[in-house]
Amino acid sequence: MRLSYYPGCSLEATGKEYDQSSRAVCTALGIHLAEIDDWNCCGATSAHSINSTLALALPARNLLIAERAGFDVVTPCAACYNRLKRAEHALRHGQDPDRLVGSAFGDFQGKITVLSLLEVVVKRVGFDEIAAHVRRPLNGLKVVSYYGCLLVRPPEITGFDSAENPVLLDQLMTELGAEVKSWSCKTDCCGASSALASPQVAAGMAGRLLEMAAEAGADALVTACPLCQTNLELHRPPGTPRIPSFYFTELLGLAFGLPGVSLWLRRHLVNPFPLLQELTLAY
Amino acid sequence: MVAYGKGLVQDGDFSRVVRKKSGQPIERCYQCQKCAAGCLLSEYFDYAPNQIVRMIQLGLRDRVLQSNTIWLCSGCQTCGARCPNGVDIAAVMDVLKEMAIAAGINGGAPGGVSSFHQMFVDDIRRRGRINEALLLARYSLKTHRIWADLGAGWALFKKGKLPLFSSRVRRRQDLHRLFLELDRQQWGELA
Repeated sequence: MRLSYYPGCSLEATGKEYDQSSRAVCTALGIHLAEIDDWNCCGATSAHSINSTLALALPARNLLIAERAGFDVVTPCAACYNRLKRAEHALRHGQDPDRLVGSAFGDFQGKITVLSLLEVVVKRVGFDEIAAHVRRPLNGLKVVSYYGCLLVRPPEITGFDSAENPVLLDQLMTELGAEVKSWSCKTDCCGASSALASPQVAAGMAGRLLEMAAEAGADALVTACPLCQTNLELHRPPGTPRIPSFYFTELLGLAFGLPGVSLWLRRHLVNPFPLLQELTLAY
Repeated sequence: MVAYGKGLVQDGDFSRVVRKKSGQPIERCYQCQKCAAGCLLSEYFDYAPNQIVRMIQLGLRDRVLQSNTIWLCSGCQTCGARCPNGVDIAAVMDVLKEMAIAAGINGGAPGGVSSFHQMFVDDIRRRGRINEALLLARYSLKTHRIWADLGAGWALFKKGKLPLFSSRVRRRQDLHRLFLELDRQQWGELA
């Protein structure tokens, strides 16, 4: 399987281990990733907060470059996925009111689509293939799956899993041998967008999620978003449970027995090694 | 424009403008408050999402554009996904932010949220990609929180998560053209 890869800015910095683990897992699963040539920032929260046209035009440039390469676009980052997917939707439905994208970069033919890496792993690779790669089942690891906002909403644009009770990440973790705990915060906002301007809000939101995860009996959260992962580990308020947050790709790498896992995990701000050593999952 | 006591000014055109810019059927809201019930950030807001929508209907432009709600809203979309009348409230919030900036109101924006967004977009204009280390440093300096943010920055830096040098877009003429076109349209709108 060949796909165009969009890492996004966070995956070159705060989410470096998400980039590394995504690439390693794709290689193990036989997915060939070719980074989109000369990609630009998707605009993230800031572009859509201050200029709706810019919020569409920035991701559109990436889609038009990818369309020339001819392969569907995959991105691990939930935030980039949301912005790219919205641009795809707008371009497909002719919602470019100011003709800005067309006049700046040319027209979108609609030959490619945008996918999140979670969607590719679960739907294009499939659970059978995943199960066949598991060498070191994650026995004893109790997790809650945490989607956050941007993978599942708005449902008419994202649409690969339920907006209210998504289950694919739970099923994936079960395939890896982890014990998935039920909780009600799967798609709650983590507050990362307030991390710089109102850190006390970001901390309040992160703290609530960590308390709820602990109450559900989880030892760790599983995420698919670099902003959530950073917010949960960096803005954890004092006194709340010190629970690590893993990228789902890291747990895939751990269960597949891939080399390099410990290098990814060493970048975490909440040290996950004591937990993994206790469960004899570290290697 | 109708003025009431205590500075309450009703702008009869406000609701129409927000409706047009956002494309959202604001008039359909019948205050079921499902948006507020699911809004995790509303405890930090001065007005809940349903109250913002009601105030738009009533044309209370200044109150809406000066509220901290529009800036603290994270755009998580829970409200819009649950609205029985199909109002994408997050899209409305984005339009309100644009209008507040155009009117020169930074609202109840804590720590200057809009200036953060502007810095972020300026970074894209210059480099095409975000350098998180530089953005964090510049924003901390601007908001005089460099000491408070230093701890977080150092924690990330130690883990190799804030590289000082980062990649940028090669064909910056693409971005140049895009921003030029955007500026041209905005000037056209104002003219």
